[in-house]
Amino acid sequence: MALTEGTANPRLYLQAQTRWRPIEIAFWLATLLPYALFPDYLSLASQIAIAGLFALSLDLILGYAGIVSLGHAAFFGIGAYTAGLVSKYGWGEPLTGLAIAAVAAGLIGYATSFVICRFRHLALIMLTLGFGLLLEELANSAGWLTGGVDGLQGIHTWKLFGYLPFDLYGRTAYAYALAVLFVLFVFARRLIHSPFGLSLRGIRENFVRMPAIGAPSRAHIRTIYTIAAAMAGIAGALLAQTTETVSLESLGFERSAEVVVMLVLGGAGRLYGGLVGVIVYMVARDQFSGIEPQYWYFWIGVLLVGVVTFLPNGILGGAAKLMSRRSRS
Amino acid sequence: MLPPVFGVLFDGLAYGMLLFLLSVGQSVTLGMMNFINLAHCSFAMLGGYVTVVLMSSYGWPFFATLPCAFIAAALVSVGFERAFFRRLYRASDLDQVLLTIGIVFISVAVAAYIFGTEQRPLQLPAYLRSSLTFMGVRFAVYRLILIGLALLITLALVLGLDYTRFGARVRAAVDNERMARGLGIDVDRTFAITFALGSGLAGLGGALAIEIIGLDPSFALTYLVYVLIVVSVGGLGSISGSFAAAIVLGISDVAGKYYIPQLGAFLIYLVMIGLLMWRPLGLIGRR
Amino acid sequence: MKRLLLAGVLAFVPSLFAAAGGAEDTVKIGVILPYSGQFADTATQMDDGIKLYLKQHGDKLGGKNVELIRKDTGGIAPPVAKRLAQELVTRDNVDILAGFALTPNALAAADVSAEAKKFMVDMNAATAIVTTKSPYMVRVSFTVPQLNQTLGTWAEKHGLKKAYTMVTDYGPGIDAEAAFQKGFKEAGGDIVGSLRMAVQNPDFTAYVQRAKDLNPQGIFVMIPGGAQPGAFGKALAERGIDPRTIEVMGQMEIADEHALASMGDIALGIITAGHYDYNHHSKLNEEFVKAYNEDFKRNPDFFSVGGYDGMHLIDAALQKSGGKKDGESLVDAAKGLSWESPRGQISIDPQTRDVVQTVYIRKVEKVGGHLVNVEIAAVADVKDPYKAAMKQ
Repeated sequence: MALTEGTANPRLYLQAQTRWRPIEIAFWLATLLPYALFPDYLSLASQIAIAGLFALSLDLILGYAGIVSLGHAAFFGIGAYTAGLVSKYGWGEPLTGLAIAAVAAGLIGYATSFVICRFRHLALIMLTLGFGLLLEELANSAGWLTGGVDGLQGIHTWKLFGYLPFDLYGRTAYAYALAVLFVLFVFARRLIHSPFGLSLRGIRENFVRMPAIGAPSRAHIRTIYTIAAAMAGIAGALLAQTTETVSLESLGFERSAEVVVMLVLGGAGRLYGGLVGVIVYMVARDQFSGIEPQYWYFWIGVLLVGVVTFLPNGILGGAAKLMSRRSRS
Repeated sequence: MLPPVFGVLFDGLAYGMLLFLLSVGQSVTLGMMNFINLAHCSFAMLGGYVTVVLMSSYGWPFFATLPCAFIAAALVSVGFERAFFRRLYRASDLDQVLLTIGIVFISVAVAAYIFGTEQRPLQLPAYLRSSLTFMGVRFAVYRLILIGLALLITLALVLGLDYTRFGARVRAAVDNERMARGLGIDVDRTFAITFALGSGLAGLGGALAIEIIGLDPSFALTYLVYVLIVVSVGGLGSISGSFAAAIVLGISDVAGKYYIPQLGAFLIYLVMIGLLMWRPLGLIGRR
Repeated sequence: MKRLLLAGVLAFVPSLFAAAGGAEDTVKIGVILPYSGQFADTATQMDDGIKLYLKQHGDKLGGKNVELIRKDTGGIAPPVAKRLAQELVTRDNVDILAGFALTPNALAAADVSAEAKKFMVDMNAATAIVTTKSPYMVRVSFTVPQLNQTLGTWAEKHGLKKAYTMVTDYGPGIDAEAAFQKGFKEAGGDIVGSLRMAVQNPDFTAYVQRAKDLNPQGIFVMIPGGAQPGAFGKALAERGIDPRTIEVMGQMEIADEHALASMGDIALGIITAGHYDYNHHSKLNEEFVKAYNEDFKRNPDFFSVGGYDGMHLIDAALQKSGGKKDGESLVDAAKGLSWESPRGQISIDPQTRDVVQTVYIRKVEKVGGHLVNVEIAAVADVKDPYKAAMKQ
């Protein structure tokens, strides 16, 4: 690694970090494999890509800024409902729908970030949880707008670029979700390896000291929280558009908790952790629940306990530790 | 005749005590030991099933099953503590979350497998389901018992943890484990006992709560949010904080539903957000 | 990277198995239910109903071998339900989609049924509009207005003039409130007040006290099944409402077997509208309950009978279509079918593809030391009133 020269010059360090490593290129090439190897699993793959984007957005605040949120699905849901409503009231063009959803989620994220940046630890977790639950109740009682428990009806997504219809096999859905995920991943990667990203990690490690060296902790947290909210909104909008359904569970507590579990499973603060966690969790869930529709929870539980016991700091964290141990010996 | 507000206050207090009994174990494990135990309600569920099975299959009286619910949850938790939790006392919060949520998932599946997916109702004797009328306000016997037990448990815990050597050892071990070991405190044993106490209280709380909130395998997840709300609003490290929080939350929830039912679904969350923004460390928080 | 490949390989294995079989004499049915999570018991009962029908008919439907593929939605999750339906159609090549405990999931999967032209059997989801989402869908369970509007009309005609309604603030609750009030008012009754209650609600005392303050002649209630009916009954007792003096009525969940066990004697006098109860008296039902108990060690409920009758419908439709499994043929065959179910005679309305059945009005009484729902009235051949009103 280029760590030694990097520590001498932070700019060089960041530059070294931004270089694409071969394993990363291989990872992204492998995301195309489902088209060749598992054409029957493209719908699942598209929902994995969407959950991956959602986990990535959470990683920006949880892994890099230390904000543990149990209400992140609020932004996912706002994005989903926005995209759904835009489509229901006559504008089903997917890409502009994504943009509108991102703006809506980002605005709400920006508004709440003023509260978020003032709190830490358990109070912060519980405030995010409380905001999420409040929003869920609001969406339920605003049945005239959201369709309540039954979900929003009448969503119709137009063809992508006016050309590609969203088919039953999920071919378009996966390509669309994957492309959006990749673009936003590249954006997140640049962001994390910028001086801004570095100071975020500083805030995570020591909230009080960072302002002393000239990094305004609260302003930085507001910025990253807004970005993460907008990204989560895009993920929600993708799900709404590709499935043409939106319901209360899109902003519910369970989705918030599940994405935390998936991110931590993969390894927080590692960019790829969310993606790996989502892939492992959702594929395992799909397979276990196919075999044992009633008791698959058991095997997922065993998976989680096993990972914590043998691979602390998630799959990628544990793997990195094993690798470094091997290279040392 | 008393005006209806007394009835509302009483119901709110009783509901608060129900929340407290369900959460007090968590304020021991999370509050005292700083261990994020999302499996808390799994131990509560275990206590609930012990009580239901002893009553329906073996004909035990309700009160005789309560110590068993405590002991069963405490024993099982010690097993888990030795096998899994112990390694993670020093680990990151996130690993603790992942481990305990994994245990929740396992417990939900195991409960569904053993006890079935249906509701398992308690069948209490009639006197426990009756109510007393005092100056025109009805007081349900079972709720009176809940309030009494909650008071007793609070008193016992506050006295037992704040004013005894054991309590001091627990606090020392949490605050500075190496120092505590250096002073000759058996930290492992102290933690195991504290953990067992917290889980046992969870089991007892579960057994007491199911008469009102029901019991099926999803219990382990459904009531987790309430438990976290009570403990965080009360403040970590403080039993009396949880007690105060439960009273405030219970009364505001019931009174809100009675006077402004349009806000019924939002109230408990609004109160929590307001209280936490006012006092981020909780009502009587130490950390 | 390696992990991804491994995961992919893992995912590939079952699809190999799925490819086996699939001959002309087999009918493939994808069953989508919330097998895990909060609604697991609903799914269990429906699945057991399905199993019992198959067992009693030699594992054949319409003379064909049956392959069931079960999929878990894990609760209310329309995107998951839709994906599972897509996968069942595109990967497993199922002929029929069945199950559906929850309305949001049924609505989402209906899109797939409509697009892929697959026959879809709704075995529970009870919101009126569900069947309008796909022309290939048939419902064998009930609709919320079917039960509650009937109850409203019946209650007014039997002496209740002023009623208070309290419902959970969610889709089925709001629909039930509207349906009961419609039936009740059209018959000439007066609604003296109404209340909507929080969905997450472990304790009902505050709401019940509110109802009691008005001292109404009768209370209509609609809450989700599961833990809440028991809590509701206890709150009634604690606040001093006796269903024998103030009429308490609602849809069947508030007095199902577990709710009654949880409430005990305080449930005496509760009136419910339902299409099925294990105490229904008929030879067929007695055999059904006995067989169900032998296999699953518990009594069937209306979910079980939904699964059972759903299988019956598929069986009969396959016979009538002469073995054709496409959506068009099956839905045509299903229209107008009529048979005797454990709940009594039922049929499929050819216009709406919805179930037409008897609505029973029951009252909780003690029979031989047990609390049971005793039928006190029966309204025959009830169609879904919501869709009937939509047409006018």
